[in-house]
Amino acid sequence: MNDIYINPEFEVVRNDSRCIRCRVCERQCANEVHSFDADGKVMISDESKCVNCQRCVSLCPTHSLKIVKSDCRLKENANWQDQTIKEIYKQANSGGVLLSSMGNPNPLPVYWDKILINASQVTNPSIDPLREPMETKVFLGKKPSVIDRDCNGEIINNLTPQIELSMPVMFSAMSYGSISYNAHKSLALAAQKLGILYNTGEGGLHEDFYVYGDNTIVQVASGRFGVHEKYLMAGKAIEIKMGQGAKPGIGGHLPGAKIVGDVSKTRMIPEGSDAISPAPHHDIYSIEDLRQLVYSLKEATAYKKPVIVKVAAVHNIAAIASGIARSGADIIAIDGFRGGTGAAPTRIRDNVGIPIELALAAVDKRLRDEGIRNNVSLVVGGSIRSAADVVKAIALGADACYIATAAVLALGCHLCRTCQTGKCNWGIATQNPELVKRLNPEIGSQRLINLMTAWQHEIKELMGGMGINSIEALRGNRLMLRGVGLNEKELEILGISHAGQ
Amino acid sequence: MKKVYVNEKWCLGCHLCEYNCAFANSGEKNMVKALKDKEIHPRIHVEEDGKITYAVSCRHCEDPVCVKCCISGALSKKDGVVKIDKNKCVGCFTCVLVCPYGAVSPAEGHAATKCELCLENACGSPACVKGCPNKAIVYEER
Repeated sequence: MNDIYINPEFEVVRNDSRCIRCRVCERQCANEVHSFDADGKVMISDESKCVNCQRCVSLCPTHSLKIVKSDCRLKENANWQDQTIKEIYKQANSGGVLLSSMGNPNPLPVYWDKILINASQVTNPSIDPLREPMETKVFLGKKPSVIDRDCNGEIINNLTPQIELSMPVMFSAMSYGSISYNAHKSLALAAQKLGILYNTGEGGLHEDFYVYGDNTIVQVASGRFGVHEKYLMAGKAIEIKMGQGAKPGIGGHLPGAKIVGDVSKTRMIPEGSDAISPAPHHDIYSIEDLRQLVYSLKEATAYKKPVIVKVAAVHNIAAIASGIARSGADIIAIDGFRGGTGAAPTRIRDNVGIPIELALAAVDKRLRDEGIRNNVSLVVGGSIRSAADVVKAIALGADACYIATAAVLALGCHLCRTCQTGKCNWGIATQNPELVKRLNPEIGSQRLINLMTAWQHEIKELMGGMGINSIEALRGNRLMLRGVGLNEKELEILGISHAGQ
Repeated sequence: MKKVYVNEKWCLGCHLCEYNCAFANSGEKNMVKALKDKEIHPRIHVEEDGKITYAVSCRHCEDPVCVKCCISGALSKKDGVVKIDKNKCVGCFTCVLVCPYGAVSPAEGHAATKCELCLENACGSPACVKGCPNKAIVYEER
């Protein structure tokens, strides 16, 4: 039913004195906002279809377009805000659960922005990364607690399989299906060139991408889509996905419309059938059950692959992580409540889960207190936005960070948050061949490489400023952090002092 | 010799190449001034058939038939580039007729027009290549 209560959210503003009627906007808009009226020789806009992805703005050769938020608002009300009322209208019209994409956009605290980094002055020298060696390499996996020696006193290698990363950042899980073939290829190519890893998400691994296996984390999630022995053996590590920061406690649903061609083949499900990942793993109802799956996967891959267990940051995350650290997992990945998604119920995305900063600090402390921190490496994600966030995460105790929103931004995403429509004008969150081809992996991978190279330089600069020359020396080094504008409890959980102390 | 090549796989059919071409050859510094309310005569054309799109411009053939058939000597090949001298062109458009790629076209005035790789204009290298948002058009040796 056409909803008369919902007005267009955006306005297309065209500077007609600049428009040359090249109609690029019309050709590039999959939402069919723009059209050309041949009689009047004017461009027309249907703003009700606009999602503010700004593809037209970017491609307009004379910069004659801008998309602005409509100022047609309902009467101001601090309690019943415009957005809140519009959501009521939408649900009164559809009777359905509201869906959203990407991360939680609400103004909840971003602790990274309230944490400041130290620098050396006078009494301890800072280091110039352009003149002196600076190590950003990290190894993820269980670290041995004892040194074993043979009868000649030579060290016996008792190291379990490790992941080697050139820098403490990986591309986190986005399935083939939720994002396009070209987006996956861009990530795979960039991961290989950078010496880091990308993650298949729960969509299986396209046969073309097995060649990037050494830079791939293969995911096993509750739907088990695309999981088979060759798949498990193909990756550098295996990730069991228990939860996702954007939608803790619920599963996933890739609509049948996106299960076409190679997506269907890769997921090993019929074309057109909905891919529904259950909320729980139906074989995991305890840490003991998790341990069974961890060891099943290790057994299946001859103990050659580290196993990652990914959970969403929720209440009691420290106790949950402690359990996982005892389950045989080599790495724990924690996804904060600002993490992205291709589609999630709005209420879940915006109200469930906790900030990654607090979860990370709590988990790292708990694992140290229990003397099991070396059992596992910690990877954190859920809106790591810059090299500074990475440095703060490492100093709070992380071994590495997962990025996905930042990665798709590098690929051209404009964060319009309508992935669920499948009409991504940037060729990322779509399976429509005409849209997928808009992302040339040659360009995409280079942009990812550029971004990561830039972050690596910045990480080195920040570390150098602190007088630290390796990631290893920064990890868990909370003395390098200070909080601003945080209360006693927040500082206590983060394990840092207030600025000025 | 470097030539303009098009990779159909990445061509979006956005037609930006046509407008960048027309602008580059307009002699104007501002695209709006150059192209606003004007019929454009680009030297590259996007061929379309349903969802397949492909930009086509002069192949600078080894043995160009357009040069052979030119009755006024306006078309010539120099250093691998097929060029047109508009002052010599009498507008018989035999070249338009014989070009197997449809890469020579009538323009405003009497003369035909074709891609000269932007070597003669202020752009210096092909504007279609510079402006292609998806690297579908490349300028390279093959």
